[in-house]
Amino acid sequence: MISNEDNNNQHFARENHKIDTAVIRFVGDSGDGMQLTGTQFSDTAALFGNDVATFPNYPSEIRAPQGSLYGVSGFQVQFGSVEVSTPGDELDLLVAMNPAALKTNLFALKAGGTIIVDTDAFNKKNLEKAKYVNNPLEDGSLSNYRLINADITALTRESLKDLGLDTKSIARSKNMFTLGMVYFMYNRPLEHSESYLNKKFKSKPIIAEANIKALKTGFYYAETLELMSSTYVVEPAKMEAGTYRVVMGNDATAWGFIAAAEKAGLNLFLGSYPITPATDILHELVKYRHFGIKTFQAEDEIAGIASAIGASFAGSLAITTTSGPGLALKGEAIGLAMIAELPIVIVDVQRGGPSTGLPTKTEQSDLLQAMYGRNGESPVIIIAASTPANCFEYAFEASKLALEHMTPVILLTDGFIANGSAPWKIKSVKDLPAIKTKLVPNGTVKYEAYVRDEDRLARSWALPGTPGLEHRIGGLEKDKVTGCVNQGPENHEYMCKIRAEKIKRVADFIPNIEVDYAQEGDLLVVGWGGTFGNIHAAVKEMADAGYKIGHAQFNYINPLPKNTAELFSRYKKIVVCELNLGQLVKMFRSEFNNIEFSQYNKVQGLPFTKSELTQHFKGLI
Amino acid sequence: MESNVKYTFKDFASDQEVRWCPGCDDYVVLRAMQKALPDMGIKKEDVVFVSGIGCSSRFPYYMDAYGFHGIHGRAPGIATGVKLANPSLSVWIMTGDGDAMAIGGNHFIHLLRRNIDINIVLFNNEIYGLTKGQFSPTSLIGQKTKSSPYGNTQTPFIAGELAIGAKARFYARVGGNEPKTMTDIFIQAESYKGTSLIEILQNCVIFNDGCFTHFTDKDVKEDMQLYVEHGKPMIFGKEKNKGLVLNGLKLEVVTIGENGVSEADILIHDAVEQDPTLHLMLIRLHYPMVMGVIRKIDDITFEEREYQLTEAIKSKSNFNSVDDLFFAGETYDVK
Repeated sequence: MISNEDNNNQHFARENHKIDTAVIRFVGDSGDGMQLTGTQFSDTAALFGNDVATFPNYPSEIRAPQGSLYGVSGFQVQFGSVEVSTPGDELDLLVAMNPAALKTNLFALKAGGTIIVDTDAFNKKNLEKAKYVNNPLEDGSLSNYRLINADITALTRESLKDLGLDTKSIARSKNMFTLGMVYFMYNRPLEHSESYLNKKFKSKPIIAEANIKALKTGFYYAETLELMSSTYVVEPAKMEAGTYRVVMGNDATAWGFIAAAEKAGLNLFLGSYPITPATDILHELVKYRHFGIKTFQAEDEIAGIASAIGASFAGSLAITTTSGPGLALKGEAIGLAMIAELPIVIVDVQRGGPSTGLPTKTEQSDLLQAMYGRNGESPVIIIAASTPANCFEYAFEASKLALEHMTPVILLTDGFIANGSAPWKIKSVKDLPAIKTKLVPNGTVKYEAYVRDEDRLARSWALPGTPGLEHRIGGLEKDKVTGCVNQGPENHEYMCKIRAEKIKRVADFIPNIEVDYAQEGDLLVVGWGGTFGNIHAAVKEMADAGYKIGHAQFNYINPLPKNTAELFSRYKKIVVCELNLGQLVKMFRSEFNNIEFSQYNKVQGLPFTKSELTQHFKGLI
Repeated sequence: MESNVKYTFKDFASDQEVRWCPGCDDYVVLRAMQKALPDMGIKKEDVVFVSGIGCSSRFPYYMDAYGFHGIHGRAPGIATGVKLANPSLSVWIMTGDGDAMAIGGNHFIHLLRRNIDINIVLFNNEIYGLTKGQFSPTSLIGQKTKSSPYGNTQTPFIAGELAIGAKARFYARVGGNEPKTMTDIFIQAESYKGTSLIEILQNCVIFNDGCFTHFTDKDVKEDMQLYVEHGKPMIFGKEKNKGLVLNGLKLEVVTIGENGVSEADILIHDAVEQDPTLHLMLIRLHYPMVMGVIRKIDDITFEEREYQLTEAIKSKSNFNSVDDLFFAGETYDVK
């Protein structure tokens, strides 16, 4: 570790500024290791005690042609000594590993911000690929920024020349050299990344050694580099006491299900088919066979959910994970689970649509599909997580609702929170709420599959293997008591109505929605799901400036919290902000037809920025 | 799982009125299954029937066991979930030619490939019955149906050939009018560890009546069918004087006692041979139509592999609880 004394023992005068937050973006080719570099920086910041929020933004090509404009992969992180709810709008530091990375990301850098470039990559060929006529490092076009030119490729090669590595392995270490430089700039210790590299390359110690050497050389290089005239200190944030770890939304989702299965005393079963950006949930759950978790990578999306329905029939906490196109394929099966009244959770990690759309980018355009994308009258519970960390609690909640109400639940997350990471205050399973399943106890003599409880209208759950409870269920309309086939007109209407009422009644078991900032006043800003962080930051800024503005972020969408109408009545204006062309607002307009809603929408595959939101909100007040 | 209770076929009949067309072979299958189950040595509560959509997929409703009537083509997925969630159950898929090989074709081949211990009963009537008479993936070229009034132009699948291409380990074929053979094969299928596929050549009395009669009718069946049994010579015919021999790379029908052919020259059926070449040749024959358990090879099941892997991982794991996982690795304390 580099101690503070080393930092003070500098070769020339250097200012050490104390700042509240900083926003850094690492950008390079999709094979440059920018995701790893960014993750390392944010993990180190979190371990130091900062609040952090990250935003990986990468192309759908795995290894796009080198130096191309469309092959640029980026990782943005904001870290702070104050609350950090977004990865940030404007960059303080842009690390660009080649001309294409600089060209496509410069717009986000604030005036006077810092750029670190690998000058070796600014050769004729790469400049042409990035469609630069002149070399921007030389033509004065970057004069509004603090430009740090470093021969990163050459310096990395030089520092590793004695290790006897091939050229490719040496070139691959340049991201660690760069990370070392940024660590120096923000007074960060190297310990965490060193131990990470040792672990990652346990079987290839020479690669670990090369990466660590590159990391350290980058750090020392920055220390001696006069261009780096300022370094920055971001103190630890004041966070609620407890034990934390940094989690990605998809991992938190996986863990929420693990916790729910443990709490409910059931085995967890995941039936899934790989699809971006949901696959990391599968990747995470396959690791934990030891907890009785069964994962089944099926032949397609439909088999994924069909296996989950079968596992649910046999008594597992059964889930399936997907993204928009997969949700479309699962539609018929969701209807089956819905009429069979079996508990399953369908996770839709939303991405840009329609069709294949923008697979690696974020969007919220599956809401209406989740609500209405099935044949017949087939309501299900819909809830949405709103931060990387609360993916844990909403995965848990989705499981609890499915098991206690005997119904499919669709859990909506999105690419932004699924791939983003943030500190999570770890919850022990014992501190989570109880889950009371509807399992029929062994020894029960008479079982009628569709007799319901009074408060939830949920039927009970008899499992194959239980003597005396043999019964048949399926997709044909069932008799309201026995569950046998009954296609009579009155029975069908009764069943449609009772299934709708069952979902409506869930409102009695979910919390009221709460508002941040002004509890009444000029403007209520409404969002749902993964836009929480950016809306929160925008509303906070305006509330701090004295505006009478409140923020309500919906996590429960079907049914809505019971106080929704009352909440809306407390504000002069309501604006519903969504990363789609207006889906929740369409539901609001049909549900609350005496209330006027305005809307703010964006479908660029990108999250909202704080500045665009504040600008829009100011225009409404 | 082993049952001490002695059941009769009545114990497996549900209180639901059976609604197939009068004269349908499905009644034969239902009765054969109800008769087979008491002899399988399994408990009634451990039996699960899963189906898709089609006439045959109504089957679970008529069995007093656990049953799940799914959606079209997806029974393999549902059944896989049931079996993986609780491997001690006896899981049966009841499906048809359209359900298994058209809309559910993808699931069907992957189910066979994985070798989960599930039994599939495939009712093949070479027609869509429930939708009233369209051609199916096993309908013959030229077959006139509601959706092919001038004759079918799509090449049919041979179910056994498709199944073996998908790595089926157990494949049997039986006529829809052979209840005793069916019962026997159902029992064999249940005791077999792995995916068993039993194809039933089932006559649809309404839309494709008589499509199999040229080899299933009582008068002709002994001459037209070869019923194979492992370890026994492939002899058929009313006079038990016809048999199969291998002539180069082709099967040939010979008559015992003619041209110097004796019983010793006739091929012996080897159902457990891993190489499927001869099994495929038997499946493709039209004369004689080969019935019985054609292929039954040993292999580890998918769920057994899963179980062994889980036990190995468990024995190496340091995690005793979910909390161990949550608090392991890179955590930090905020005071």
